[in-house]
Amino acid sequence: MSTTDTPPALAASQAAPDELEVVRVSVPKRSLASELRAIRIVWRRELMRYANDRLRMVTTLVQPLLFLFVLGSGLQRLASAGTHGVSLRTFIYPGILCIAVMFTAMFSAASIVWDREFGFLREMMVAPVRRSSIVIGKCLGGATVAGIQGVIVLCLAGLVNVPYDPALLLGVFGLQLLLAFSITAFGVMVAIRIKQMQSFMGVMQMIVTPMFFISGALFPANGLPGWLTVLNRIDPLTYAVDPMRRLVFSHLNISAAAKRALDPGVTWWGWHVPAVLEGAVIVALGLVMLAIAIWEFSATE
Amino acid sequence: MTKALSNVQRQVSATSEDNHRGAGTPGAAISVQGLVKRFGELEAVRGVDFEVATGEVFGFLGPNGAGKTTTINMLCTLAKPTAGAASVAGHDVVRERDDVRRHIGLVFQDPTLDGYLTAAQNLKLHAELYGVQSDLVAPRMRQVMTMVGLWERRDAPVATFSGGMRRRLEIARGLMHSPRVLFLDEPTIGLDPQTRRSIWSYIRELKQREEITIFMTTHYMDEAEWCDRIAIMDNGKIVALDAPEALKAQVGKDRVTIDTDDDDAAIAALSDRFGIEAKVAEGRVTFGVPAGEEFVPRLFAELGMPIRSVSVSRPTLDDVFMAYTGTTIRDREEDSSKHRNRVMMQMMHGGRR
Repeated sequence: MSTTDTPPALAASQAAPDELEVVRVSVPKRSLASELRAIRIVWRRELMRYANDRLRMVTTLVQPLLFLFVLGSGLQRLASAGTHGVSLRTFIYPGILCIAVMFTAMFSAASIVWDREFGFLREMMVAPVRRSSIVIGKCLGGATVAGIQGVIVLCLAGLVNVPYDPALLLGVFGLQLLLAFSITAFGVMVAIRIKQMQSFMGVMQMIVTPMFFISGALFPANGLPGWLTVLNRIDPLTYAVDPMRRLVFSHLNISAAAKRALDPGVTWWGWHVPAVLEGAVIVALGLVMLAIAIWEFSATE
Repeated sequence: MTKALSNVQRQVSATSEDNHRGAGTPGAAISVQGLVKRFGELEAVRGVDFEVATGEVFGFLGPNGAGKTTTINMLCTLAKPTAGAASVAGHDVVRERDDVRRHIGLVFQDPTLDGYLTAAQNLKLHAELYGVQSDLVAPRMRQVMTMVGLWERRDAPVATFSGGMRRRLEIARGLMHSPRVLFLDEPTIGLDPQTRRSIWSYIRELKQREEITIFMTTHYMDEAEWCDRIAIMDNGKIVALDAPEALKAQVGKDRVTIDTDDDDAAIAALSDRFGIEAKVAEGRVTFGVPAGEEFVPRLFAELGMPIRSVSVSRPTLDDVFMAYTGTTIRDREEDSSKHRNRVMMQMMHGGRR
């Protein structure tokens, strides 16, 4: 190690002082273009780190796949009476498409805590760019990474008897991106307040697991006990799982009875919430959380 | 050396025009008036005034907890002053925060590199964040990385770098956007002597090549010697500010120690011939004269008795620190860490009530 540590260039530059040409650059005044450039590089950094971290690609997939194949196959016999001949795996697949994205998005948001612990956050905070550019770049980066992870799960559609229909794939991917963005914004909002990785993981565990179980990813969201219905309707993930399921089921060749039982849709006081509104809820929540995250981040010294 | 000096002077005159906009003396790279920072009860910086000329290497010397880092944070727009004003590169640190940031480079005490990325990716990221012209990013990167001897390692992940290499890379990164003022907060802390020396070579080389003012903090006395001027900070105040040599001259005389066969006779002779009052310390004759090295030939010629050995030592910055604060820097650090613990205990106590 000590041999690589001795700087060789000093001797070299003394030997040939003219070789090292001075390149003078300048930093322009802040503009929209420079902010966009900052957003782009923060976004790209998330992708570079994702590309370098093969282990993360695998580890964040383990849990969703466990739910899909182990739980889905294991409970099949118990559930077969109620699923009208539809495989339980097919039923929970839309939910799995959502949680694969959610887990990755939360992980991406954790990078803000890492950056703080390892000091890199400071490098970004002192740059002559708006704090909002950094937060937006982070959210877009996390969303992209989560979207890619979602695509991996999407590729498994054939294994659970979901057809590879281009319209279906595009629709699912679009929903995944919306969800990924909102969840990352949520994670970043939480991460900005937390200084240590361990606490962040604890908080995430406390939030993510209930959100996932309550969302209806594993069961239809009608006919639940009253308290659970209330929780289900205020869980943001519900509004991602439901349109996802509706989209997938519209491309399945199953009986009307099965569709009614398994894909009842989300209702507000008896009113059937349309998919477009559900998507809008996800986006609106994402934007609100992004705004809070930006506000929090700008307030830190 | 003369060539380098004229180079610096030329650069000084070239940049001074840019600086007229800001507060303070025209041409000053940094100008600080009555700067104060309070953290609740604790007054970390208590009214600091100084100016740093363009092209200068200016050092902030003092024990840990003296307020050096707090001052640097205010100058870098990372902390808002409680009172007072400061301008850096001609821009006010509070009102023109972004303009200050565009013109300064920062190297922090704690590492701020992304270990997962390569050295080149870290620098590229910095250039993008600062909006450096795209076509100049690659050549500038080559220049700064060659300077710190890391060009060959540009594609290696930073996680594989040693502490010294990381610090050098941080310096290179701080220079990526051609800052007018480079802030180095304890750039050599925790490094081995060899790496410390090489970092100082870069700083001197940099001063010759680019129009840059360097502001640094250190608590290594020997490093402060490299600065053009140093400010000694103690308990949130500047207690002395001058060139290292001038500071040492203010403290006084060189110390001359001689070995003779007859110490009493030597002391008498010194008093007779030179009017010097000498005394025996640690078994040797010791006395102070303003210019020790020039005095030695006269001593041999005129003392009139054999001298077995002679040693001349200059006052060190330790002596300077001692003269201004009445304590050594090491003792002061122990005191202030005790004080910090006490404050912390009080805070915890107060929080419980």
